[in-house]
Amino acid sequence: MIKFMLMVNRQGQTRLSRYYTPVELSRRAVLEADVVRCCLTRKKDQCSFVEYKDFKLIYRQYAALYIVVGVTDSENELSVYELVHNFVEVLDKYFSRVVSLDIMFNLDRVHIILDEMIQNGHIVETNKSRVLAPLTALDKMADS
Amino acid sequence: MALKIVKGSIDRMFDKNLQDLVRGIRNHKEDEAKYISTCIDEIKQELKQDNIAVKANAVCKLTYLQMLGYDVSWAAFNIVEVMSSSKFTYKRIGYLAASQCFHESTDVIMLTTNQIRKDLSSPNQYDTGVALTGLSCFVTPDLARDLANDIMTLMSHTKPYIRKKAVLIMYKVFLKYPESLRPAFPRLKEKLEDPDPGVQSAAVNVICELARRNPKNYLSLAPLFFKLMTSSTNNWVLIKIIKLFGALTPLEPRLGKKLIEPLTNLIHSTSAMSLLYECVNTVYIDVNTPPLPSLSLSLCLYLSLPPQLCVQKLRILIEDSDQNLKYLGLLAMSKILKTHPKSVQSHKDLILQCLDDKDESIRLRALDLLYGMVSKKNLMEIVKKLMLHVDKAEGTTYRDELLTKIIDICSQSNYQYITNFEWYISILVELTRLEGTRHGHLIASQMLDVAIRVKAIRGFAVAQMATLLDNAHLLTGNMQRMGICEVLYAAAWICGEFSEHLENPMQTLEAMLRPKVATLPGHIQAVYVQNAAKLFATVLKSQEGNTDSTAAQETSQLMIDRLPLFVQSANLEVQERASCILQLVKYIQKLQQKDVEVAEEVSALFAGELNPVAPKAQKKVPVPEGLDLDSWINEPPSESESEDEQPKAIFAKEEPKHSRPRREEVDEKELAKRREARKQEQANNPFYIKASPSSQKVYQEAPGVEHIPVVQIDLSVPLKVPGLPMSDQYVKLEEERRQKERAEKKKKEKKKRKEKRSGRGKKHDSGPESEEDITPAHQVDIVTEEMPEKSSKHKKKKQKKEKEEKEKKKKKKHHHHHHHSDGGGEEAVQNGTVEEEEPLLTSLKNKSSTYQVVVSVIFENKCDSFLKSMEFNVLDSLNSKLQRPEGSGPHDGLTVPFQLPPGVSNEARFVFTVQSIIMPQKLKGTLTFIVKDSSTHEKLDFKLHFTCTSYLITTPCYSDAFAKLLESGDLKCSSVRLEGVNMPFHHLLARICFHHHFSVVERIDSCASMYSRSIQGHHVCLLVKVTVSIDAKCDEPTLLGNVLDEIKQTFSQC
Repeated sequence: MIKFMLMVNRQGQTRLSRYYTPVELSRRAVLEADVVRCCLTRKKDQCSFVEYKDFKLIYRQYAALYIVVGVTDSENELSVYELVHNFVEVLDKYFSRVVSLDIMFNLDRVHIILDEMIQNGHIVETNKSRVLAPLTALDKMADS
Repeated sequence: MALKIVKGSIDRMFDKNLQDLVRGIRNHKEDEAKYISTCIDEIKQELKQDNIAVKANAVCKLTYLQMLGYDVSWAAFNIVEVMSSSKFTYKRIGYLAASQCFHESTDVIMLTTNQIRKDLSSPNQYDTGVALTGLSCFVTPDLARDLANDIMTLMSHTKPYIRKKAVLIMYKVFLKYPESLRPAFPRLKEKLEDPDPGVQSAAVNVICELARRNPKNYLSLAPLFFKLMTSSTNNWVLIKIIKLFGALTPLEPRLGKKLIEPLTNLIHSTSAMSLLYECVNTVYIDVNTPPLPSLSLSLCLYLSLPPQLCVQKLRILIEDSDQNLKYLGLLAMSKILKTHPKSVQSHKDLILQCLDDKDESIRLRALDLLYGMVSKKNLMEIVKKLMLHVDKAEGTTYRDELLTKIIDICSQSNYQYITNFEWYISILVELTRLEGTRHGHLIASQMLDVAIRVKAIRGFAVAQMATLLDNAHLLTGNMQRMGICEVLYAAAWICGEFSEHLENPMQTLEAMLRPKVATLPGHIQAVYVQNAAKLFATVLKSQEGNTDSTAAQETSQLMIDRLPLFVQSANLEVQERASCILQLVKYIQKLQQKDVEVAEEVSALFAGELNPVAPKAQKKVPVPEGLDLDSWINEPPSESESEDEQPKAIFAKEEPKHSRPRREEVDEKELAKRREARKQEQANNPFYIKASPSSQKVYQEAPGVEHIPVVQIDLSVPLKVPGLPMSDQYVKLEEERRQKERAEKKKKEKKKRKEKRSGRGKKHDSGPESEEDITPAHQVDIVTEEMPEKSSKHKKKKQKKEKEEKEKKKKKKHHHHHHHSDGGGEEAVQNGTVEEEEPLLTSLKNKSSTYQVVVSVIFENKCDSFLKSMEFNVLDSLNSKLQRPEGSGPHDGLTVPFQLPPGVSNEARFVFTVQSIIMPQKLKGTLTFIVKDSSTHEKLDFKLHFTCTSYLITTPCYSDAFAKLLESGDLKCSSVRLEGVNMPFHHLLARICFHHHFSVVERIDSCASMYSRSIQGHHVCLLVKVTVSIDAKCDEPTLLGNVLDEIKQTFSQC
């Protein structure tokens, strides 16, 4: 299962974090810093999976933004790898050409999207329009 | 009141919202912490206001700060307030904050139960949705119990969105409140067949996860999932289902049989690598791993070619240029290795390749695999490769990993795969040169182990260790190398213990007593001191034999001079040993001065051979006569009384007094009873190592320690290697040795076969690999019960024979082939009259940007005479020239490299250099040849027609690139009308594509755009209309004109 999902920039600053297993706040900062260091130090020609302590990290880089997902051993690495891209595609569709500022300024919306796609630490929805449906409905509601 | 509202909204205008906060943090890079603390103060103020909008805004900002790592638990109550807002936009913020900040121990959660229940039953589906989503993050056992019913009803909600969310949250509810599972399950099962795909996949998700926790209870759902698997197209869902089957199949082997077909289909057909990986990974691996090996075996039988298919697919993954796939392939491969080592072993080359990969994670995975792939045959080769990597490796972690792997690989199962221990010792010594490794102790323990257990290697090992000790300063030179100095522990011990093998014990003794030694860690110094004493004994022994007694005294003096350094050591062990030995040596010196021979007595201090002992050897030692293991040596303390007696002892104090005399007079019966009881107890105690009765019996008859099996070894390789050894040389040596052995074996084999033909009693088939034939040069004292069996030799022989036979066949075929062609040459001698030959211009190909054009010409002999000595010649033009070999004149012909029997055609290629391609060219040429028998030169004229079309290459072009090209304005325009063409439009297009090397860019109803490019990079664009007019654009008008003319000609011919 998915333990957490992080979005960090190249400086290692967290842009989004979502934990699916409870982690104490004090430990989060250490974990995030450590995880980010693991991923940022890797070169482009290295594979996107890192064994980290007793679980695995799967990361993908989009411009200056890294998305890092921590998963348990039983998770299919490739499917999570694809999910990350799927997630970015959904963001791209919603924000039409997403940039990292979009994510910072609309943190709550990104969370809604993420919640549609991952729940209880499992991938639950990957269909773009179904993921975005509730959010667009909400936006309409807010406008009126 | 109204004023208050107005005031509130004015305040709000000046409040920071999330965007402002984010911007502010970005603008205060230097004093971020300070800025944030002021923000938090502001937020605290905002939270004190009554206006819910202000509060929501504040909570929203808090969520962001929480993400940055700030503790916001103090605002928990405010979050609950915002959650209970009636306005959805605020409620959403509240729930988001709760899902980020709340956890099971947050106490305000119990305040939320009613609010959440209200939201769940809200008429607005988004209220319900947001409550469900939030709940999944912070549900507690209490919440789960209280809300289980509400959520269960939502599973049948009219809105698919709510149904989906409810199904998903049920999973969390089940985890927190397992009692809810039973009543909810039927409804959950229904959802597997929900009309909405989202709900369906949610149900699959939940059930798969539940089933993986406890597969037994979900077997009945297998048919349903089977149906889903064959019908679903969602890869993510398929992965889940396959994972589920991975868990179910071990419980129901019949499932495996059913799964073969759909799974094999999936493996063959899917384009999704993730799915393929899952298929290979889960089903073949999870199912095949213990605890159900027998089931996995039967599954293998069902799946007629499973491991091979799997491994092949994995090979594709590993060979892929995508590093991710490579990594996963190796990962899965290592899982298969556990169950099907053979099928993986054949891919050794590939795994070794991966060791060269740029990516460390991939190299580590490959290393893991290597462990399971070594054999006697390839061990040296693999280790050699690894050693190369050790030299190259950057970064100590990877190097350390390599080091441990090398040792693991070599030492696995009692050095099973090592055939030459000199080689192994050299490897270990080479490894000590590593800088900054943490694994010195590992190398040391290997050195000790090998030196102790392989007797034949001791001489060699001691020589190596002495060199190490001599060069100890290299090992301990700087702090970085502290890890490796552990090796000196082993070196000192080996040199001391087996000092009789030392070439120059005096030198080693001096090396061990150097002042520098005092900088080593204490435990190593202790070994140094102790073993210096052993060495001293050996040295004395050799020196006393000589007539000159001063040498011996000098040695003692050396000890007395150097040891005080160790006596001062802070380490107790070192101090103790040093002072003890110092006194001993002083005493010895005293005796020496009185001319007393002491060497014998000194060496008696360390006498006694150290033999390896098997872990179970003790039980093989017979019980000496007169020793009764069952009688008490000491009276047992009263605790050992049986427990139910104890309370009595507490209440009646006199009891112990009485019990003692009673025990003294225990009779034989009582003893037997106790013996029985103890045996019973031992049998029940899992930690008690039991003696197997059979082995005891066997050894009872043959008493004596000599019967501990110790293997005797004779050594075939000369031992002396000067200096530090290079392990590589052993690889060569080993090759030679094996060759020799093989030769010998063959001889023996022949003999044996003759002898054995009559009675072939035993058939060993335990060692399945032919590699077992390699006998080790040294043997380890493996003192386990069974010695490894030498496997069947017949098998190998057979294989070899087969191979030979195959090879022969191949040769024959080959030969046959030759013969045939030769014969063909001889056959076709026949007289004929006139010959006809047709050079066909088949194709023009550009070779590179130098505008070389290759013309392939097909020569066909249509007459019935044999043609030979053909020469091909072309009159060069300024523009196009035939390329002739160096040294030949500009008018020389080229020899056609074959002869032509009648009716046969063959192709020859000629290279032309072309300068300009915008004009078509016609080259005149001649072909001269000799008709066999008539032996006169004949001549045939021909023309080579280089059309402009032939310089075009079909190049695909995207419509947007095409549009850009047209817009650029660099292209010249031209158009042409084709008269009298009546063929379907698509035929027309196809014709242009085929004959003139165009590709269709886009076709819209009655017109189509086409594109091609010349070998010199001219763009040619056509717009073909159904009225058969062609508008064309090209950056070279002459070329365009010519191409259009050629197109026109093509269509005028039909």
